[in-house]
Amino acid sequence: MSQSSSTLKTADGSLQMADGSSLKANLERSLRRRKRNALLLVAPLFLFILITFLVPIFDMLIRSVDNKITAEILPTTIPLLANWDAKSGKLPDESVFKAFINDAQIANKAKIINRLGKRLNYEKSGTSSLFRKTGRKLKKLDPEKLTSTYKDALIKIDKKWANIAIWQLIQRESGRYTNSHFLSAVDTENSPDGIKWKDEDSQIYLNLFKRTLWLSFLITFLTVLLGYPIAYLLASLKTKTSNLLMILVLLPFWTSLLVRTSAWIALLQKEGVINDVLVTIGLISEDGRLAMIHNQTGTIIAMTHILLPFMILPLFSVMKTINPSYVRAARSMGATSFTAFRRVYFPNTVAGIGAGGILVFILSIGYYITPALVGGTQGTLISNFIAYHISESLNWGLAAALGTLLLLLVLALYILYDKVVGIDNMKLG
Amino acid sequence: MKMFIKCSLATAILAASVTTAQAETELVVVSWGGAYTKSQQKAYSVPFMEANKGIKIINDDSSAEAASKLRAQAEAGKVTWDVVDVLPDIAIALCDEGLAVEINPEKDLAKGADGSSAKDDFGDALISPCFIPEIVYSTTIGYRTDKVGDTPPSTIADVFDLKKYPGKRALNKNPTGNLEWALIADGVAIKDVYKELATEAGVKRAFKKLDTIKKDVVWWTKGAQPGQLLADGEVVMASAYNGRLFSAIVENKQPVGMMWDAQLFELDGYIIPKGAPHMKEAMAYVKFATDTKRQADQAKYISYGPARKSSAALVGKHAELGIDMAPHMPTNPANAKNVLYKDINFWADHKDELAEKFEAWLAKG
Amino acid sequence: MALPLHATTDERIWHYLFLAICTLIFLFLIIPILIVIPLSFNVQPYFTFTPEMLSFDPKGYSTRWYTAFFNDTNWQKAVKNSLIIAIFSTIISTFLGTLAALGLSQKDFPFKTTIMGILISPMVVPLIISAAGMFFFYARINLLGTHLGVILAHAALSTPFVVITVTATLTGFDHSLTRAASSLGSSPTNTFFKITVPLITPGVISGALFAFITSFDEVIVVLFVGSVHQRTIPWAMFSGIREEISPTILAVATLLICFSIILLFLVELLRRRNERLRGLSPN
Repeated sequence: MSQSSSTLKTADGSLQMADGSSLKANLERSLRRRKRNALLLVAPLFLFILITFLVPIFDMLIRSVDNKITAEILPTTIPLLANWDAKSGKLPDESVFKAFINDAQIANKAKIINRLGKRLNYEKSGTSSLFRKTGRKLKKLDPEKLTSTYKDALIKIDKKWANIAIWQLIQRESGRYTNSHFLSAVDTENSPDGIKWKDEDSQIYLNLFKRTLWLSFLITFLTVLLGYPIAYLLASLKTKTSNLLMILVLLPFWTSLLVRTSAWIALLQKEGVINDVLVTIGLISEDGRLAMIHNQTGTIIAMTHILLPFMILPLFSVMKTINPSYVRAARSMGATSFTAFRRVYFPNTVAGIGAGGILVFILSIGYYITPALVGGTQGTLISNFIAYHISESLNWGLAAALGTLLLLLVLALYILYDKVVGIDNMKLG
Repeated sequence: MKMFIKCSLATAILAASVTTAQAETELVVVSWGGAYTKSQQKAYSVPFMEANKGIKIINDDSSAEAASKLRAQAEAGKVTWDVVDVLPDIAIALCDEGLAVEINPEKDLAKGADGSSAKDDFGDALISPCFIPEIVYSTTIGYRTDKVGDTPPSTIADVFDLKKYPGKRALNKNPTGNLEWALIADGVAIKDVYKELATEAGVKRAFKKLDTIKKDVVWWTKGAQPGQLLADGEVVMASAYNGRLFSAIVENKQPVGMMWDAQLFELDGYIIPKGAPHMKEAMAYVKFATDTKRQADQAKYISYGPARKSSAALVGKHAELGIDMAPHMPTNPANAKNVLYKDINFWADHKDELAEKFEAWLAKG
Repeated sequence: MALPLHATTDERIWHYLFLAICTLIFLFLIIPILIVIPLSFNVQPYFTFTPEMLSFDPKGYSTRWYTAFFNDTNWQKAVKNSLIIAIFSTIISTFLGTLAALGLSQKDFPFKTTIMGILISPMVVPLIISAAGMFFFYARINLLGTHLGVILAHAALSTPFVVITVTATLTGFDHSLTRAASSLGSSPTNTFFKITVPLITPGVISGALFAFITSFDEVIVVLFVGSVHQRTIPWAMFSGIREEISPTILAVATLLICFSIILLFLVELLRRRNERLRGLSPN
């Protein structure tokens, strides 16, 4: 675009450049070049995000269905077990037991047999100790010197091996992929008669999703309730004053999350500042100190505080654009100030509430740190359970399944956000 | 642009300083944090670093999640820990899974100061080929002396008695110990606890008993937390490692008391993870830390008994306070009237299942 | 917000009530942050005000927790790690993010919304999911427990902030300025450095500050991707809160608050400069 060019009109009326080439082609070429340059500018970041972020997430999501462990540890047993009719009501035949003892002894030597026990224990409690015990006893068993059948030998180690259910379980979980983690994530499980609900005692995740959604909703609602008056005040004040007051919103926004969380611990704990004040002014007695952390109250208060600026800032920028003469016009036509607000001002701010609301909701359903520190057991959210399954119970499949569901939820909200606000309109500070 | 260059220069210098700082070997020793890590630091790590210039001990307080983190590291193919302080049931499980190095006590551990072989000196404490015993300790109950009235709690059943002792209690967020105590409080004799817990009905019974106090429990995950929760007045009672309560009561003079009834008694020790980045230094460290002198030295800082017989005679007075340490040890006859010896094999086998049930029980709310 | 002269009694009451409510909300916003500062000078190891502190007895105050912080090698190492990781990840994210924003702001960029959506996704995806994914994947490519791994992870998390701020600067960008420069015979490179760079610099720097604070404040990913060698300030605070809450944490918090005040003013200055440069009045 740097050369200044003049155009000529040819006989047939089409435009031509000074050098005789068609202007249209020239423009197209320049447009293509601009597009290419633009793409080249974006490409490095795109690749960077792809490799450092998107691929890792995708890689993890695959784990929610991955199930290669059974076939890895029982390579010769699985094909034989595949021929067994699980509904026959009879145990698998001798060849399966022989292959199993063989596989188990190899796995035992490699010290990996307990991993299968742990994996199958997710489906049926008690399998882990069964495998550990079997592994220990198999060390002393020499198949060459066996006096009984393999079947009897294994059942002698633990009579649970005479239970058909364990073989049904191994057969069902022998494939390369499994749906069991996703089923667990919604409190259901496979059974010989199809999918069914888990025991009452182990139904926890649907409730957890419900709790996460409910708390996120409540926190979002609270941020609207607290954020709206502040944004309204800031938008209607003179710029100088509002800039000054804005610091009170921006300072929390820029302050470390952990600083704010530790501040709330100092404020909310039994012998913390708030309880001390309440006792001093006589509102509660020394024994009646309120329990405000290690429960849902702690999570709600601290998260509302932390996320409030994310509501105020988008609301403020929307309110800033509302022409004050609208309300004045309504007032001059006889509306009370309340009616003017309700009928004229408020409808204009709904977009801001939507923008801030979705943002706060997205952020809160994925929250981890604050609930982990002040939430106790009832104030923890789905993220805390994902973390628990990754770093403590090591049930990575379930963690990935829960993560996938959470991610789908967030993506749906993200798309909604795009529809309401437009991603390219996202602003900070 | 100038600013950018300046920034880059500054970072380059920073980067250079990092690389030089890492020229010495950084040995990562994982332990339980707080007063316990401090005692290890004073008794083992400081003298070890003095004797071995060029090795720097980095403390990581992750022992509470040692098993899972180590499994994760192994699964991910990158072990970053050199020495890990773990409970014996965890050591057995990790050893079974091939995640810990097997050691030869005669070769890899120091002889007793009295000339006895390492094998004899540690005796029964050598419960697994991977486990390097260090101390004996117990989990006990501490309480706020100013919040329990004139009759402080004296039996484990009192922990479950909300009428007599209202208020929050802090318990370990872990099935181990809590399930046993629940059964004892429910009337099971101490010697039958593990028989009962091996049955499904027994497990149900334990959870049912825990249900009665569930609403009033704050769950802790790190050894230093119960002391903190007691000091902050957040709870009136807390289960805690006896050494931590010692440090709260005797060293920090908090209004805290403790009872020894049904103390959960067990060992604690080291393992070296397979694939530890500094295997040679790690071996040298555990040999040094578990010799007769060092074992006895640790008891100067915290009230845990040495695992070596030859060290027991050397246990003396607290390093700073000068008080006798023997009365504060879990093995002291006055404290050991009613002891619950943790069945490590039971827990090695059943940890996965019971932990899962426990977590589901917690989440049920 | 002045009350009109003809306001009714109801309106008057409502007006003052409204101001009172706003004051309470402002207090809710700011008190948790301010409260940390005096508490960090408590001579006692507690998280609340002692009677001595309330009677302004100098004996109730001390700087022992600051001394503890400055003498603790663990904290020093945490500060160093935090700075190294934040600085390097900021450089990477600012560079890549600015380039991308320049590309995205071209007219008729194909699939703009989709690509923008992907580039901003690290900001929206719950951190625990990002952390878990990075944990498994970085282990495979041997980046687990390395400074480089944490730096790359943080760079990925903070690029959206750079993209957003720089794109915002460019939306108000008057393209006739570059066209004018070209028509006056300036080369594209020259135009870029003489016209575009000065105009977008405030946006780039505030994007960089956002990126810096994102990394500086991040704890979940570093807990998963890092090892104890990469322990940062937030990591040390997180494990400190979970274990022994000593007021050292409040001392660190106070220092961090001072740090965020400085950053806040820098961003505010830049925003105003940007508005002035683009000829927009601040209203």
